[in-house]
Amino acid sequence: MSYLPNTDKNRQEMLDAIGVESIDDLFAGIPEAVRFRGEMNLPPAMSEMELVKHMTELAGKNLSTDEYVCFMGAGAYDHFLPSVVDHILSREEFYTAYTPYQPEVSQGTLQSIFEFQTMISELTGMDVANASMYDGATTVMEAALMAGRLVRRGGDRVLISDSVHPEYRTVLETYLRGLEWEMVEIPTRDGITDLDALREEADDETLTVIVQNPNFFGLLEPVDEIGTIVQDAGKAMFTVACDPISLALLKPPAESGADMVVGEGQSLGNPLSFGGPYLGFFASESKHIRRMPGRIIGETVDVDGVRGYVMSMQTREQHIRRARATSNICTNEALNALAATVYLSLMGKAGLREVAEQSLQKAHYAAEAIDALDGFSLKYDAPFFKEFVVQCERPAAEIVQSLMQHKILAGVDLGRFYPEMENSLLVAVTEKRTRDEIDEFVSRLEGSA
Amino acid sequence: MSAMYPEDLLYAENHEWIRVENGTGTIGITDYAQDQLGDLVFVELPEEGDEFGQGDPFGVIESVKAVADFYMPVGGEIIEVNEELLDAPEIISEDPYDEGWIIKVKIADDGELDALMNSEDYQATLD
Repeated sequence: MSYLPNTDKNRQEMLDAIGVESIDDLFAGIPEAVRFRGEMNLPPAMSEMELVKHMTELAGKNLSTDEYVCFMGAGAYDHFLPSVVDHILSREEFYTAYTPYQPEVSQGTLQSIFEFQTMISELTGMDVANASMYDGATTVMEAALMAGRLVRRGGDRVLISDSVHPEYRTVLETYLRGLEWEMVEIPTRDGITDLDALREEADDETLTVIVQNPNFFGLLEPVDEIGTIVQDAGKAMFTVACDPISLALLKPPAESGADMVVGEGQSLGNPLSFGGPYLGFFASESKHIRRMPGRIIGETVDVDGVRGYVMSMQTREQHIRRARATSNICTNEALNALAATVYLSLMGKAGLREVAEQSLQKAHYAAEAIDALDGFSLKYDAPFFKEFVVQCERPAAEIVQSLMQHKILAGVDLGRFYPEMENSLLVAVTEKRTRDEIDEFVSRLEGSA
Repeated sequence: MSAMYPEDLLYAENHEWIRVENGTGTIGITDYAQDQLGDLVFVELPEEGDEFGQGDPFGVIESVKAVADFYMPVGGEIIEVNEELLDAPEIISEDPYDEGWIIKVKIADDGELDALMNSEDYQATLD
């Protein structure tokens, strides 16, 4: 990319055009007292060669899952990525991060998004899915906002289980602040949403109840029972956030009465990439489609009766409805959603089930072996999918640090999110882990006790 | 042309009409408005008991080419909504002043009617 600086002459012309004397005049509105007058704390400029060397050194500090064996999860998972995914993504016809501005010209892109929506609908059991959103956290927040549109005349309470990803809850809290809605966190008992507490809190003023399944600790929530509690509460909508891989084995949330099924789609063909960009998926019932956030692609026929794809239901979106749009997210994570689509097509029904089964079985193999160690035990008894909490006798952060020397990423220290869980380690096992890797992990854990 | 804008109605700038009878107002959109919107596909209606001020948006109408809000020509409480429209919004196009009515309101303040136009004045705004 070429770098074209403004010349002094350019600057003077621009200043003249807007009628100010100097660049400083542009900041006249900022009070003197709050202006920074010191020297910026920046190193001296580098030459290109020096800069490349410097950046390479910095990049060398990163740990990569090519080199390290990853048992970290907590919302982002080290599943196998078939190389075909990247090859298809990199095709110039597809290679854009954005929904095209002349969408109907890009039939291939629209078709891929339509297929993404279809596959998410099938996995979740819901009628309709959107073209994707930013990430898991934004889908949870959007579900709460959608509940506010769906529940007529009423309510300002959003109930969310403590076992939902802590970062999702933080994002939700940020969004609800402006609306002056109340966010009520439902405590857990033995790692699972406390149903008595939920029953007590779920009332006529409740817009939605949000749970995650498998939850943040990897455990399966009693989704059917929670669905019944939500239904009995009155008008409230039931939101279930889930790991799409788990849906190859678990009953679709739609069958437990979910009104909105959302979640993080990174597991589907997207690399960990240091935390993003990822994609969120968002599904609901077709009767609610006009209240849904995000883009939706529809299938239709042209004047000659030939199948074609279009952006549909755009009247919900910002460029048409402006302030009264259903969401301020009017794009999607197109490239990430494409990766998910390619991944799901490659895996197929049987392949996805295989991924889920292997993850489940390997996670249980690891959990049993760790539980048998002195100084380590499984914290919870509830059934789990591919992730579980290990109770340690010393801070989990220290154990993580210690196993790093052996090129093992032991898991996520739960003290980061729950101060009282300093000695708890969240361990994820995907289909990628071999028996040797798991055995090595278990023996290194034993050595670190 | 006068048949398109009945004399017994009052009209708002935003192309709503209101028929006033015994403190109750029946509200719809004008022939001009439905014609501009084209083929109607969806309406979103308020609920009985909802209260709105004059000029507040109370619902949404969506056609194949546009979406628009309905605005209250006068403030008041919704006492009835035309639920037929939920399944068949095209009724508004076919019969905007009769079968295509949208809501009935209990008018909060008769004085607000003074701000509305008669048929002739409304038609003048369309030229």
